[in-house]
Amino acid sequence: MELTSTTTVNKPPQEVFDFWHRLENLVAFIAHLDEVRVTGPRSSRWRASAPFDTVLEWDVVTTTDVAAERIAWASVEGADVHTSGEVVLVPAPGRRGTEVRVTLRYDMPAGPLGRAVARYFGDDPSQVLDDDLRRLKQVMETGEVVRSEGAPWGKRARKEFPQRPARPLSEEELQELRGRTEVRA
Amino acid sequence: MKANCFVGTNKVEVQDVPDPTILNSRDAIVKITSTAICGSDLHLVDGYVPTMEKGDVLGHEFMGEVVEVGRGVDGSRLRVGDRVVVPFPIACGACLACQAELYSCCENTNPNAGVAEKMFGHPVAGIFGYSHLTGGFAGGQAEYARVPFADVGPLRIESDLPDEQVLFLSDILPTGYMGAEMCDITDGDVVAVWGAGPVGQFAMDSARVLGAAMVIAIDDVGYRLDMAASQGYRTVDYSDTDVRSALLELTGGRGPDKCIDAVGMEATDGAAHVQLYDRLKQAVRSETDRPHALRQAILSCRSGGVVSVIGVYGGLIDKFPAGAWMNRSLTLRTGQCHVQRYMRPLLDRIERGELDPMRVITHRLPLAEARRGYDIFKNKEDGCEKVVLKP
Repeated sequence: MELTSTTTVNKPPQEVFDFWHRLENLVAFIAHLDEVRVTGPRSSRWRASAPFDTVLEWDVVTTTDVAAERIAWASVEGADVHTSGEVVLVPAPGRRGTEVRVTLRYDMPAGPLGRAVARYFGDDPSQVLDDDLRRLKQVMETGEVVRSEGAPWGKRARKEFPQRPARPLSEEELQELRGRTEVRA
Repeated sequence: MKANCFVGTNKVEVQDVPDPTILNSRDAIVKITSTAICGSDLHLVDGYVPTMEKGDVLGHEFMGEVVEVGRGVDGSRLRVGDRVVVPFPIACGACLACQAELYSCCENTNPNAGVAEKMFGHPVAGIFGYSHLTGGFAGGQAEYARVPFADVGPLRIESDLPDEQVLFLSDILPTGYMGAEMCDITDGDVVAVWGAGPVGQFAMDSARVLGAAMVIAIDDVGYRLDMAASQGYRTVDYSDTDVRSALLELTGGRGPDKCIDAVGMEATDGAAHVQLYDRLKQAVRSETDRPHALRQAILSCRSGGVVSVIGVYGGLIDKFPAGAWMNRSLTLRTGQCHVQRYMRPLLDRIERGELDPMRVITHRLPLAEARRGYDIFKNKEDGCEKVVLKP
């Protein structure tokens, strides 16, 4: 499975690059990532939650790293999850910021793991990446993921409608929200 | 706290709901002192908007006092104790749209942007109390509201002008003004305004302030036309008059130079285009005698004129007169109001006495009587033009 998406972020390419280059920051906007831990100059360990309380972890190596232009990465040989990705940064014309083009590739494993990944991406996999990039834009331009009463969960937003009503959260919901609050970059 | 909630088609109810809390670091909590019912609230509650959820807090016209700010709020722009009017579109101030002052098209404030994008091609800004298509934000017909990006939008009121003079800076005054501004009014222009509701009235006032030689109000509600006439505007009652002929007569056969649609489309939709199309056709069939403001405006406008649309449209329209529009060099301009752009200059005009927003208020009710306010506003009972609610 290959997903591509693009957005324009109203920041210079170097700033977008610097943000993405600190791989821990990916957790702030990529919905399925719970943690990215840098383990060496070009290596990191990524953790994701999957349906049915499954936790997936895999090691990633940064394969390309060109300042203000491009970062590419791939899971290492023998990892449970076979994935690679690339972000390409292009200055938008007329000082309109940076065009951010992202490609993600997943080799879907057979068996329960593959089914779990497929289930996560659902019927409309590209929507998942589109939403990730919308949040990247929010975080870079405004500092955080925007929450409404109908969609208060930040990057943990449930995709489906109906949402909860657009009214203030109850004490129980607020506690749940605090419990879920993502690790901030 | 008490809040006016959508509970079903054509049904609102003041309910007890939790007090709002800070959810994002640049939020503020505002204790609401005055709020109002808008014509677009009627579109929401009449059941045509499928992204309304039972229990949504309604209301996007409100003002009050800041009682709490998040840690990210710029203290030079907003502090606890400030008296503020809150603009209805929620805008981040940082994206390309905001930098171009297209605040209602803010690229960052709609958490349901994916849904809006499917409907509109590109997403639109979040709006308070205005369905989940525009983000699912709780509204301001309540005792308190959470206001995101509180250091971007809200306008501080430092003078002692009463609430009722400044409340409508939240929506209908800037909306009416933008309708007139988009007309690029020049010396001698005749401006015709379809719809003599509150937004239409403010479009008329704005057209006059911007130099229109004559302003014409078109509606079928007698007391609303009387309200326009009391300000010196000409009136056309479409229930007993052929609008195009009347406009030709009033303009020496030229037609109005500029036309403002302050009516919009009753029906809106958020899910599927086909469903929307059918609903619109149903609505049109059930109201075959009612002229379509936009079509009429396009056919009436003089060649080379401007048709400015501030009435709300939700999806697709049927039988758009593209031939008249193209062959007669008409310019069509529109937009949900970029309120933040207009608040300060319009406050100045209010302070100078050039505009009197209070003139449209016909009813003042406690928040607890919101349901009655909706009823009389929707059914045009008791001379209802504009309802202000007091929490």
